Amino acid sequence: MSEPLLRLDKVGIQFGGLKAVSDLDLEIREGELVGLIGPNGAGKTTVFNLITGVYAPTSGRILLDGKPIHGLKPHKIAKLGILRTFQNIRLFPSMTSRGNVCVAEHMHAQAGLAPAVAVTRAFEEDERAIQKQAEEALAFLGLTSVAELRANELPYGQQRRLEMARALAGKPRLLLLDEPAAGLNPNETEQLMHLIEEIRTRFKITILLIEHDMRVVMGACRRIAVLDYGVKIAEGTPDQIRREPKVVEAYLGEEVEADLGKGH
Amino acid sequence: MKRLLITAATLAALVVVQMTIPRLVNPYVFQIIVLCGINVILAVSLNLINGFTGQFSIGHAGFMALGGYASAMFSLHVGKGWVAALTGAGVPGVVAQGAALLVALVLGGLLAAVAGYFVGLPSLRLRGDYLAIVTLGFGEIIRVLIINVDAVGAAQGLPGIPQWTNLFWIGLFVVAVILLSRNLAHSTHGRALFAIRDDEVAAEALGVNTTAYKVLAFVIGAFFAGVAGGLSAHFVSYLNPSSFTFLRSIEIVAMVVLGGLGSVTGATLAAIVLTVLPEALRSALAYRMVIYALMLIVLMITRPQGLLGNREFSWKAVRDRLSRRRATGPAT
Repeated sequence: MSEPLLRLDKVGIQFGGLKAVSDLDLEIREGELVGLIGPNGAGKTTVFNLITGVYAPTSGRILLDGKPIHGLKPHKIAKLGILRTFQNIRLFPSMTSRGNVCVAEHMHAQAGLAPAVAVTRAFEEDERAIQKQAEEALAFLGLTSVAELRANELPYGQQRRLEMARALAGKPRLLLLDEPAAGLNPNETEQLMHLIEEIRTRFKITILLIEHDMRVVMGACRRIAVLDYGVKIAEGTPDQIRREPKVVEAYLGEEVEADLGKGH
Repeated sequence: MKRLLITAATLAALVVVQMTIPRLVNPYVFQIIVLCGINVILAVSLNLINGFTGQFSIGHAGFMALGGYASAMFSLHVGKGWVAALTGAGVPGVVAQGAALLVALVLGGLLAAVAGYFVGLPSLRLRGDYLAIVTLGFGEIIRVLIINVDAVGAAQGLPGIPQWTNLFWIGLFVVAVILLSRNLAHSTHGRALFAIRDDEVAAEALGVNTTAYKVLAFVIGAFFAGVAGGLSAHFVSYLNPSSFTFLRSIEIVAMVVLGGLGSVTGATLAAIVLTVLPEALRSALAYRMVIYALMLIVLMITRPQGLLGNREFSWKAVRDRLSRRRATGPAT
């Protein structure tokens, strides 16, 4: 088998005496949509922080295309093509929607500082390309009409979408979505799932998804990994996960049974 | 081609300003105009650090002092000789002095920029109040160093600096720092700075090298503060360490905050207002600074976001407003 896009090899991180994540193995292949679930405090967001370089792992390796990326600064990892959204939305509040999206284009910009200050032709072309791509990202997420509004003036649902537009504008190879459906109503969640599927198929972007809403994960992901107390307790298809006793015990419990019951 | 014309026109306008203004106004008013220019350079350059990038620096007077002393030392020991040699060779005095001044200013600016680099480094680990204290400490260290170095006049100050500063050079650097800020703000680099101000973690996650950009803001800001120090030294022809206390830094911070953090137009306006205001209040004698402080307090209470918030002056906005007025005008 070929090298996976991202491979976590026995990755662990310890904060003082607390092992937030230990010995985590995870492989994500090009084009996949993988779900990462687990109860509150299981270490899901910590995994994202490890992959994106916010934390350096205290043990193990993280490989992108077989090359180690652990220990690199977050902006370097972003430039290698791993972008994320945040669980508690982190937009640039005083900038417009368009400005927010343009920030993600920054790492692909060619023109240096001097051309920008002198407003050379090359810089202007660069800037036009940035604006055009921002336009496209905004349009894809249906945010064209609010492009000139400041990010903190947008309603919650649009802020979530703006975060995704921003990450997409950076042309990621791997997109990490941290609970993108949090706080959305069922209708919006439905739209979001279509959107995520479209991102995967149309833009050929591999996605790792943290999600609390079980129906979302079970419906969208063909492969799911379950974390509990920083340890991977199961991995497999939604059906396998549903039947795995450890998972049911740790996380799903009555909640899912109730959810499944509602469906009938 | 168009840009070349604009540059030529700007330079020509500055020459005209330099030829006419000193003859039209009395020396007192002239001095205030010069001071306005220097303060605009200081406020707009500090706005790059505090306003654009959100790093709270109160050490601007330190950079100013470094630039001032470095350029003055150059002029006293090297520049004067150059001017003598050049004028001896038949070069007009104004041109020779201008050339020597430009070299002195750039040298002073560069030294301040190097200091800006080292002061910028702690900003990678510290933020908010902590960074403010570091920058404050830096400014004081510079001042105390100067007081103790006899070669630069120590506490008695450095007299006899050639008076080469004129409105042309002040105007040139005012235009330069404003243009640079404005162009930066409209570029991907400016957006990187704003992103750092708004949310550093998110900026880094989106590929912005926050380390490099924070230091960059300090370096550029410090450079222009150094130039302002040099312009000031070559205008007053005397430097004294007591004019670079942290009060001077606070004055510049006040201009930036009053103008609206991040607004280049705001910093420019506020620098002029805060320079002219104390002079305009001279008739109030003993109550002058009380009224000045009161006005500051009232302004900050009524407009906490600053005079302009984070808006900018733009010709487009003016045109839009005028055309709207014209469109609605005849109907009424």
